[in-house]
Amino acid sequence: MTNEKVTSALLYLDGVSVSFDGYKAIRNLSLFIEPGEMRAIIGPNGAGKTTMMDIVTGKTRPDEGDVLFDRGQHDLTKLDETAITELGIGRKFQKPTVFESHTVADNVLLALKGPRGPFASLFGWRNKVEREKIDSILTTTGLIDHRDRLAGEISHGQKQWLEIGMLLAQDPAILLVDEPVAGMTDAETEQTAALLRDINQSHTVIVVEHDMTFVRALNCKVTCLHEGSVLAEGSIDKVASDERVIEVYLGR
Amino acid sequence: MIIQYLLSRYEKTGLAFLIVMAALAIFVPLSNLFIPPSSAFHVPTHVMSLMGKYLCFAILAISLDLVWGYCGILSLGHGAFFALGGYAMGMYLMRQIGTRGVYAHPVLPDFMVFLNWKELPWFWYGFDLFPFAIVMALFAPGLLAFVFGWLAFRSRVTGVYLSIITQALTYALMLAFFRNDMGFGGNNGLTDFKDILGFSVQAQGTRATLFFLTALTLIGTYMLCRWMTITSFGKVLVAVRDAESRTRFLGYRVEHYKLVAFTVSAALAGLAGALYVPQVGIINPSEFAPANSIEAVVWVATGGRGTLVGAAVGAVVVNFAKTWFTTGALAPYWLFVLGGIFIFVTLAMPSGIVGTLQQWAGRRRAGKADEAKPPVAQAAE
Repeated sequence: MTNEKVTSALLYLDGVSVSFDGYKAIRNLSLFIEPGEMRAIIGPNGAGKTTMMDIVTGKTRPDEGDVLFDRGQHDLTKLDETAITELGIGRKFQKPTVFESHTVADNVLLALKGPRGPFASLFGWRNKVEREKIDSILTTTGLIDHRDRLAGEISHGQKQWLEIGMLLAQDPAILLVDEPVAGMTDAETEQTAALLRDINQSHTVIVVEHDMTFVRALNCKVTCLHEGSVLAEGSIDKVASDERVIEVYLGR
Repeated sequence: MIIQYLLSRYEKTGLAFLIVMAALAIFVPLSNLFIPPSSAFHVPTHVMSLMGKYLCFAILAISLDLVWGYCGILSLGHGAFFALGGYAMGMYLMRQIGTRGVYAHPVLPDFMVFLNWKELPWFWYGFDLFPFAIVMALFAPGLLAFVFGWLAFRSRVTGVYLSIITQALTYALMLAFFRNDMGFGGNNGLTDFKDILGFSVQAQGTRATLFFLTALTLIGTYMLCRWMTITSFGKVLVAVRDAESRTRFLGYRVEHYKLVAFTVSAALAGLAGALYVPQVGIINPSEFAPANSIEAVVWVATGGRGTLVGAAVGAVVVNFAKTWFTTGALAPYWLFVLGGIFIFVTLAMPSGIVGTLQQWAGRRRAGKADEAKPPVAQAAE
């Protein structure tokens, strides 16, 4: 059973635990993401959603448990952030972090998939990237009119999109998206859901989000975390009607 | 054609800098050699040497700006790389003295004879050759920076901790070079130079040539650093400066970028030191003094970090002020003035002289553009 999951899952977490100063942020967490899947992760504050992403991307090392990528081929607990990114795991942070003193276009340029060594950057292809390549990503994320503005000057929602655009430029096998619609207007939220569904056509996507309207709009399998482990999993209707989920998260 | 290329590569400030430097490189030596001293256009030899010294500091400042201004590595030990380059040149100049030394030993420099050494230490081999000395002036600081950087950046030592260990590095080197048995002349250092490539270091022609070469090296250093910062390499450096962890999550090996920038910067600082020594005629362990490295940081901050040109301007301006103050009755107060400059710049002009001027120019241009545009009604939302 477990082995089957290892060999079919793009991302496989089993029995993962981590504690900070005695506080158990993640307890025996298991999560399997199939290739091409879109998964929404919900849960109250402190449920361990962001910590889970930290573990997958190499920012935090788990105390125990398996974290495997691409049908069990890579053990992520043994790799650092850069190596994990190179395997094809891209991440958008909760607080949008873009390079504020670079232009919007340069932010995308730096994210583009390709050789990333210092000598490749000095002499290589990244200095000769065609404008169209960057512009097509900026068009997809609705930032084309802002391409030459500094990333520090654009609005909060636009920064969120820029980060998604940078993820697209990275072209990872799996995208981890942490609270993409925090601080967005309703219209922006709707557009973001559409954008993510679009991205899901060709990428596996994991979204952590609080906004239930947004999660419904994503129309995908939902996992609810609570106190560091999975509380419920399934379709949004199934999870939303789960007694315990209502108890700890959604409220009555 | 050439002009188009230059315009595509350098902003106005950079072009102006290149033009001024090229003019200085040509005018100062020619004027010193061929315009009679009675003329107002004559540059006296001591002024030319002083300017040559400033230009060496400008090279050091640009190299520091590459790592501090662009990559956020505040090195408080760049004086060490400068001094190492200086020692490499000093060792060549010592070997050129030959039998003209006080003890007239054909191979051993005076201080070794004085210490009763019988043989040249192994690390002095090859320094009788000028090309070897120049290579070492680049290689020795570069290697030190590479090893130091490799250890520090790999363990993710950043910020103030990194600054402190760079400061400790230069202090440790100073103590080491003060020791006689290190084989670098102890606290007297290396001096009494006679010839460089067969020309007397005191001769006016040699001094003029050294000035010309220093100005040329400054131009070359600026062009190299400018190129590095406008490629995507430079963009990654800025990304590391502004959001290091984010850069890692984009898949960049941040430590490799820092290592390349730090090593190149150290080699350039070494080159500056190598040009400095024949012009001032001495190199001793006080060049490793922590205060020197801190002064270099003040130059860059004053001129404007992250602008390259600003670093060079800052080096010249602050050193000109230093010369002016320390030769008059105000000499005892120079350190107060230096501290004052640093506080003033940090509080009132955080982007330095060049940065502030660029901002003013930018604002004026933006103001004019607004005037030029016909007033448009705000688009209804």
